[in-house]
Amino acid sequence: MAIAREAGPVGSLHEVREAGLDREDLLGIYRHMLVTRGVEERGHILYRQGKIPGSFYTGRGNEAASVGVATAMGPDDVGTPLHRDMGVHIVRGVDPWRIFAQYMGRQDGPTHGRDGNVHMADAQLGLIAMVSHLPAMLPVATGCALTFRIRDESRVAVGWFGEGASARGDAHESMTFAGTRKLPIVFVCDNNQWAYSTPTHLEYATEHVADRAEAYGFEGVVVDGTDVLAVYREAKRAIDKARAGGGPTLLECLTLRMEGHAVHDDAFYVPKPLFEQWAASDPIERFRTWLRDNAELTDEEEDEIAAGVKRLLTTALERAEESPQPDPSTLTDGVFATPEDLDTPHHK
Amino acid sequence: MAELTYLQAISDGLRTEMRRDKRVFLIGEDVGVYGGAFKVSLGFQEEFGPWRVIDAPLAEAAIVGGCTGAAIMGMRPVAEMQFADFISCGWDQLVTVAAKQRWRAGTPVPMVVRLPSGGGFSGGPFHSQNPESSFAHIPGLKCVCPATPEDAKGLLISAIEDPSPVLYFEHKHLYRRIKGEVPEERYTTPLGKARVHRDGDDVSVITWGAMVYTADEAAQKLESDGISIEIVDLRTVMPWDKAAVLESVRKTSKVLVLHEDTRTGGFGGEIAATIAEEAFEDLDAPVKRLAAPDTPVPFSPVLEKAYIPQVDDVAGALRELAEY
Repeated sequence: MAIAREAGPVGSLHEVREAGLDREDLLGIYRHMLVTRGVEERGHILYRQGKIPGSFYTGRGNEAASVGVATAMGPDDVGTPLHRDMGVHIVRGVDPWRIFAQYMGRQDGPTHGRDGNVHMADAQLGLIAMVSHLPAMLPVATGCALTFRIRDESRVAVGWFGEGASARGDAHESMTFAGTRKLPIVFVCDNNQWAYSTPTHLEYATEHVADRAEAYGFEGVVVDGTDVLAVYREAKRAIDKARAGGGPTLLECLTLRMEGHAVHDDAFYVPKPLFEQWAASDPIERFRTWLRDNAELTDEEEDEIAAGVKRLLTTALERAEESPQPDPSTLTDGVFATPEDLDTPHHK
Repeated sequence: MAELTYLQAISDGLRTEMRRDKRVFLIGEDVGVYGGAFKVSLGFQEEFGPWRVIDAPLAEAAIVGGCTGAAIMGMRPVAEMQFADFISCGWDQLVTVAAKQRWRAGTPVPMVVRLPSGGGFSGGPFHSQNPESSFAHIPGLKCVCPATPEDAKGLLISAIEDPSPVLYFEHKHLYRRIKGEVPEERYTTPLGKARVHRDGDDVSVITWGAMVYTADEAAQKLESDGISIEIVDLRTVMPWDKAAVLESVRKTSKVLVLHEDTRTGGFGGEIAATIAEEAFEDLDAPVKRLAAPDTPVPFSPVLEKAYIPQVDDVAGALRELAEY
């Protein structure tokens, strides 16, 4: 039986306005979702062209969850997004050309070729680069929240994890600590139902991952992760609560991973009807329809937004392809930090 | 100058930095009201309050990962592991996240993890280890192993000031046994600079931590036989002062590398290899290593004595080298 609150969908424009979004915001969200998917689709092409070393991961199906949560974050909030959360980077303002450069291991990617795929972040935009070990970024996000509490700052940390990684101790330790200290943090579970090839019933025995929240002393909420407005509303509520001193929330966004774990994986183990069922609630198509039905999105606007995204990505790709390869002579630079490195917005 | 124990010097260094810099905070298990398992932070919570001396749940990953997040947010966290052995529970956060963050993502992580380490008091396999070699092998981590009270304070302040993650191995067997003059004012002892603990001509001992004193007792024993021993205290194993080691080797031409950690893969192997590569022509005897055997740390006093290099073991090894 579910313990977490199961949040309903967002219906009318009135509800959206109550949540603090105007029409301009709505079109911005739509655009961010298109850029998010577009970056990953172009990335997939680059991969097939042999321009991306290693493997390639996408978050297809998770665009509403990542964009919805990131839109609810304040400018000074920080987050630790993962490999299904490209939308967070897009909303926070990372230039797509730098993402393509990152994919290709070029000098102008945020990690300058030192790390691959979505293992990147722009600290200036309040993001911290993920590692492969999941959910290792949750303790880090908890430490950010601890800092905000120590310094009595009105900021919130957002830590992402998947339903698979919810099995690991890092999740338990972070939630225990954040719960005891009522830290300003939102734990966001991207529940895409498959941890590589392992289904949810082999990862956890409760109905929802968010059911655990009560045991840590805070609220758990489950939301349809394909409904960007519902994700936004619930994320905003959780972030506002954390900011006001109300402590953590565990927000679980339920989606389906619409592709394999990575490009090499055809996801043969996912039942076809499940794909068909979730394809019918594709987050972008769903929001587009909502905008047409509720916010008078016109054909012209739609075309204009789509064309703008296309231009952005085409230019970005061209620029990324011009980015040089990293210089091997710099390989051993920066293993240790220097005092000058501490000259960041955070280290005053 | 005041005479302080090694433990008091650590407290003094930490208190100095916490008074000077409000970004510095301490987090660990029982560090608050209780003052830490060894009382390093006794009275700190009264002075600095519960949000700068933070009692964490029994959750090393949250403690170390939390420090990483706090460091990235501009704080200067100091974590206390109750025993160095428990850092295994925070390994991932330290090695996977903190150590690599600067190199791969450009984000510095200025944090310190204090690690009460070492044996000699029947702590058994889980309260006696010296894990510094494991971490010296990880690019991005610094490892500090003070031997004297003066260094304990100066190196801790340097570690807190350092922009990289630093592991500060404080040897438990030195806590209350070793006393020395410690300047009352704030000072730093640079990381990567060895000190000559004892000046000598015939054989060099390269060591750190509690083994400095074991070596010193052995050297005193050999003095009456006219064998003059030089002891180089590395102070920090990452970075380590290669120049000071090579200088001593060139002076004496015979060298014993001594550590309390186990032998195979221990940091002494790196030192011995470097000497072989860079000072081969200066050697008059093969480089000798003395370390704990490749077993877990035993509990029984009899077994532990057989495990940790003793004064007679060191004296024997030095005599062999002198006679070579």
